[in-house]
Amino acid sequence: MEHGSFTNDSHASFTLAEEDHTLANAVRFMLNQDPRVTLAGYSIPHPSLECVNVRVQTTGDPAREVLKDACQELMLMNRHVRSVFDKAVSEFMVEYARLKAEKEKKKKAEEEELQKQRELLDSMDIESN
Amino acid sequence: MVVTEEDKIFAKNFNINDLPDVPAGLPPHLKVKQNRVVSKKDAPVDTANAIYSGSHVFSGVDNSVKLGNFYEDFKVDVISCTETDMEFDMIGIDAAFANAFRRILISEVPSMAIEKVLIANNTSLIIDEVLAHRMGLIPIAADPRLFEYLTENDVPNEKNTIVFKLHVECPKRQSRLQVLTKDLEWLPNGSEFLKETGGSTSTSTTKPKTYTSFSCSQDSLPEFADNPITPSYLDILIAKLSPGQEIELEAHAVKGIGKTHAKWSPVGTAWYRMLPEVVLLKEVVDENAERLVKVCPMNVFDIEDMGNGRKRATVAQPRNCTLCKECIRDNDLADLVELRSVKNHFIFKIESTGSLPPDVLFTEAVKILEDKCERVIADLS
Repeated sequence: MEHGSFTNDSHASFTLAEEDHTLANAVRFMLNQDPRVTLAGYSIPHPSLECVNVRVQTTGDPAREVLKDACQELMLMNRHVRSVFDKAVSEFMVEYARLKAEKEKKKKAEEEELQKQRELLDSMDIESN
Repeated sequence: MVVTEEDKIFAKNFNINDLPDVPAGLPPHLKVKQNRVVSKKDAPVDTANAIYSGSHVFSGVDNSVKLGNFYEDFKVDVISCTETDMEFDMIGIDAAFANAFRRILISEVPSMAIEKVLIANNTSLIIDEVLAHRMGLIPIAADPRLFEYLTENDVPNEKNTIVFKLHVECPKRQSRLQVLTKDLEWLPNGSEFLKETGGSTSTSTTKPKTYTSFSCSQDSLPEFADNPITPSYLDILIAKLSPGQEIELEAHAVKGIGKTHAKWSPVGTAWYRMLPEVVLLKEVVDENAERLVKVCPMNVFDIEDMGNGRKRATVAQPRNCTLCKECIRDNDLADLVELRSVKNHFIFKIESTGSLPPDVLFTEAVKILEDKCERVIADLS
């Protein structure tokens, strides 16, 4: 919901229902990153209310559009975070599986070597004193 | 201020035309202020982030996070990842995001938890309310994405409810019995308790009415066909029974979020910290070096041999540092060591309770933040 004025749409407050610091802080960060914004901030009017008020003041562009752009940008960043994260996890899993296989291979080779030596020892038929 | 010989030479040779036209980045002392929190003896300094895009405009530096830059700079390093625990580094992102992900993981990613407990018989020492509360806190290994929320007007059905049965009795003249989560038995066909109906109007042809109305058995669904739903851990103690005591109950688990009640939180905890950076401002040698190694409880420092029996301290394991400040509390060492935290490098840890692996939980959390943005955009247009 927007609380603005009829004559000047570059200053406005927005009430986001059922949101808290989680979204509001991230949105405020994105708004501050926008050079069109002169002031951006948020507050929770009362701890028992489930809403946040976001204040946006711009150099002239409609505040509503600027806020929308901030959300859009936030969404794109999230998408990027997800893709990078998924890639990192799958790479880690591949690496982990490779290391594990290598370890097992090494262990197996060691065991075989031990077995061989044992057989060799048996075949040498050493006389006990 | 003392003017040294060096300053005099610098001033003599200084020519303003030799300076570059545009300053290249922030001067080093401001760069440290921008990117590092420094833990001083009494309090940390430079904690605030200059998030305004034009904060360094007079130095000719653009402080804004451009989408293009972010795409290049953002990095994730997975340190460890198992079925339940995960540690990863998130580099090149603001605390606002890291905190949003953490908050969502704890309170807004859904999971399944026991919400209703129908107690038929409870002669144990634990009273009904406490027993029901304990049941609620049992983590359940069921993918919440396969279920729907049970709203107020819904009837419990196979899409929104998981039913468990618990019927244990401690036989007389035997030792005390432990009731563990492995005694919980999944009922894929729903509740077995009959609902009392007024009068005997129900005919024998219809199915007797129970507390749930499943249209089909849950184990006929492909997702659960060969992996039955169980609690995440089978060795959690629910109650202890003395000889002759008995518990008979039915527990109905539904989908929910941690904001409503902590039992629906899918993580034991999710937390992050900034990457610690330990800097030796001057060379720490001999006695001081030994003292530094000894004073650090996390074994951050190591000693290097310089030859001639002289020793020098090195920072071997900066990641171990917990910023306990034990080293800068020592008066002799305070001027030699500086403890910093990198502002845009987060060590993120997630401990799952078993409903989903931690990496899936994180992607779900990011998706939830995306949905929030989408909802705001939809509201505004």
